[in-house]
Amino acid sequence: MSWEIVIGLEIHVQLATKSKLFSGAKVGFGAEPNTQTTLVDLGMPGSLPVFNEEALRMAVTFGTAIDAEIGKHSVFARKNYFYPDSPKGYQTSQMDHPIVGMGHLDIQLEDGSTKRIGVTRAHLEEDAGKSLHDDFDGMTGIDLNRSSTPLLEIVSEPDMRSAKEAVAYMRKMHAIVTTIGISDGNMAEGSMRCDANVSIRPKGQQKLGTRAELKNINSFRFIERAINVEVERQIDILEDGGKIAQETRLYDADKNETRPMRSKEEANDYRYFPCPDLLPIKIDDAYIEAIRHTLPELPDQRSARFMSQLGLSQYDAEVLSSSRTLADYFEAVVAVCNDAKLSANWVTGELARYMNQHNLEIDAAPVSATQLGQLINRIKDDTINGKGAKTVLDELWNQAGEVDTIIATKGLKQVSDIGAIENMVDDVIAANSKQVQQYVDAEVEKRGKMLGFFMGQVMKASQGSANPGQVNGLLKKKLDALC
Amino acid sequence: MTHKTLVQISKDLAAGRYSSREITQDIIADIKARDSIYNSFISLSEDLALAQADAADASRIAGDAGILTGVPFAHKDLFCTKGHATTAASKMLENFVPPYESTVGQRLLSAGAVCVGKTNMDEFAMGSSNENSFFGAVKNPWDLTAVPGGSSGGSAAAVAAGLVPAATGTDTGGSIRQPASFCNLTGIKPTYGRVSRFGIIAYASSLDQAGPLCQTAEDAAIMLNAMAGFDEQDSTSIQQATPDFSADLNLPLQGLKVGLPKEFFGPGLNSEVADCIMMAVKKIEALGAQIIDISLPNLELSIPAYYVIAPSEASSNLSRFDGVRYGYRCDQPKDLMDLYCRSRAEGFGTEVKRRIMVGTYALSEGYYDAYYVKAQRIRRLIKDDFTRALSQVDVIMGPVAPTPAFNLGSNTKDPVAMYLEDIYTLSANMAGIPAMSTPAGFVNGRPVGLHIMGNYFAEAKLLNIAHQYQQVTDWHLQTPTSNQIKGA
Repeated sequence: MSWEIVIGLEIHVQLATKSKLFSGAKVGFGAEPNTQTTLVDLGMPGSLPVFNEEALRMAVTFGTAIDAEIGKHSVFARKNYFYPDSPKGYQTSQMDHPIVGMGHLDIQLEDGSTKRIGVTRAHLEEDAGKSLHDDFDGMTGIDLNRSSTPLLEIVSEPDMRSAKEAVAYMRKMHAIVTTIGISDGNMAEGSMRCDANVSIRPKGQQKLGTRAELKNINSFRFIERAINVEVERQIDILEDGGKIAQETRLYDADKNETRPMRSKEEANDYRYFPCPDLLPIKIDDAYIEAIRHTLPELPDQRSARFMSQLGLSQYDAEVLSSSRTLADYFEAVVAVCNDAKLSANWVTGELARYMNQHNLEIDAAPVSATQLGQLINRIKDDTINGKGAKTVLDELWNQAGEVDTIIATKGLKQVSDIGAIENMVDDVIAANSKQVQQYVDAEVEKRGKMLGFFMGQVMKASQGSANPGQVNGLLKKKLDALC
Repeated sequence: MTHKTLVQISKDLAAGRYSSREITQDIIADIKARDSIYNSFISLSEDLALAQADAADASRIAGDAGILTGVPFAHKDLFCTKGHATTAASKMLENFVPPYESTVGQRLLSAGAVCVGKTNMDEFAMGSSNENSFFGAVKNPWDLTAVPGGSSGGSAAAVAAGLVPAATGTDTGGSIRQPASFCNLTGIKPTYGRVSRFGIIAYASSLDQAGPLCQTAEDAAIMLNAMAGFDEQDSTSIQQATPDFSADLNLPLQGLKVGLPKEFFGPGLNSEVADCIMMAVKKIEALGAQIIDISLPNLELSIPAYYVIAPSEASSNLSRFDGVRYGYRCDQPKDLMDLYCRSRAEGFGTEVKRRIMVGTYALSEGYYDAYYVKAQRIRRLIKDDFTRALSQVDVIMGPVAPTPAFNLGSNTKDPVAMYLEDIYTLSANMAGIPAMSTPAGFVNGRPVGLHIMGNYFAEAKLLNIAHQYQQVTDWHLQTPTSNQIKGA
């Protein structure tokens, strides 16, 4: 039987407010346990929440960015459950009246087409603290630093039909929230994580299958793997005549499997009701429009401009618009060197390789956009060749310096003196008579490949400084003359 | 010192008849000597009080004294007091010492008042007789076989017994007014949002409101002046200028329109209490007021609606008492669930557990619409009733409770009979309007209070009426010692 996969995502985005959603405590990662807390975050008797309006501004900014209905009257509700890292015995969230209503965003499929994914709602809620099970022998420690950190929970429609689409949706969401500046989007630190609702149904069937909810997936790679392994599990069950249980499951990345969470943790009736300590949030059109006017160029708009104005490929345009800082960096490089194609190649190629290697985001890269632009200028004016440029980049990455100074001190200026290059080419041809004979004997279409050997020899002789274009031209001319 | 009013003590301090330290010491000694009869205090904060008294005396010498400087008072043990145990009359918080002060407490301290201790109450403010206390029942100073009312019963008994001139209370469904009525005091529940709830242990957040219990309206106005005001730490506190509640006390009542809702004088009302109230209303009429018959048709629905909304909120508010971070924790928990279940089963009293269970049930999936949502709808109807009535009249009067103070132990077996005690008081909390009780006579030696309810922010008007009434009556001046104490 042929199966259709149905996926909906619930994404939790940690908002980049300075203080918490309901207290003045600082939001931060990695502080000593329980140092970033107030009476409110600790759930002390008599303490009361005070809503951080910066979180409201961010939520409304998000709503306008996905063209959503904005709730002009939204209400905080209490989600009641007992857990040691939930200090009040309830989480303050939103239920019936979320701040952001129906909206949408577009993802690009592999075939280059665009698909619209519905966003059901997005609501504000506070994060819980953390239980530390390993640090205390036989006991559990509670760290409430994260308690009351503001989250925006973004719920999609079940519109995605493959793990790849889910990843594309998550990436686009990441691009939007970082572009509009409401989150740092740092998935490793949990600033962005998602739950995936996954079900399958026979192709052509309207009714949705029973879904499993995969909890707390915190990387793009894991989303794809978790969904795929869950889909396989569901297909196996249904094809064996079994039934899917509606349940919450955890993805274990080490074993690459999903397994049910303890049923105790999901048998909750959360007894939602409006929080009597907080007033309903009322906003008007003027407030919403004022925020809409502050929206920066969104990833889709920027990507389109990169294609139409700068002539980038769709792929490069999307990669470079996937975060605001990356796109800003790229445009700053272009401003210096005035060559969009080369800038795109260097930013998405060599520079991205370094960033991945060092696990850094672009705003932490030690090479500035100006430096990379200057480096590209030196490629364009033939001062250095590609190999030399890589050496300069490596220098720039590892220690500060000026592009031109590095070129001079490292002797990377390429030799474009045609006489000197011709001498080297002649020497290489003379010293490698066996390879020359092979070249002559080879079929015409295979000679191109064989040219590489001679190129390598000449570049080696020039210690990498020869202009590769000139070397290539001369070699071809001289070797072909022998045939 | 016994039964001196707050104003008298304030004048004595200003005249240098005694220092704050002296009266504070006297009061603490008096409480130690006499409170074993009433059990109105849970704890005394002697060291803190003397330090506050010394600071008050110093500021008087420095010429910075205000009307409350050096005046002793007591806090209901629901107000968090920095560095001093705050129990909510529960085993759950028997040893809880808050590292913070409630906003009301801070405002009183800033005004120079001296907190001598924490008064007894129904556990977590749940009760109408002060019999639901981990620290034992409180006795009514007017009749030691009677309850003082609840939940602010300790505050009421302490003031009525002349132990302190004033005490704070909280009123979620009548918990200031009913004990004031039962103990011959002036007590006011302000408009919801007038007084910050920050640092007061929550019972039902949308209904809780703090206010003073005193001997006179004049004293209550002074206390309320210090207690009220916007607090950015309480999102439901009202961002509105606080008037001087003492300013209008002497206005004449000429032309005042007083509404008497027929529902307040129905079959459930003790006829002698009704007589007291009608006599009081006649006095007010004689002061120039016009008496108008009105109706609050949804009044009787306030009991079922209140006993859904308040327990629902309480079930959530009391979830934080889980034995994890502070408060009572059971011995040797087997696992997390055992820790939760036993800490809460052993730490909470019967009435608290009953309300948590009622509230949990009312909020449950499948019942929420039938109970909580419907109760909120009734709440709106009650609010609309008051809005309609208060467009016709300036204030509404009636009894505070259907009977005078009842006997200790008489209602403890039947929670529903106890809930019916609140019939006249709940609706003001449901609507959020201010309401107060002022002494209006006695039935068999037990006090009866006149209930005065007004429009939002009309506290000054209510206090004005009570004060004018107190100028032509002497009920409020009577004390248990001036009468013969029964049952002693």
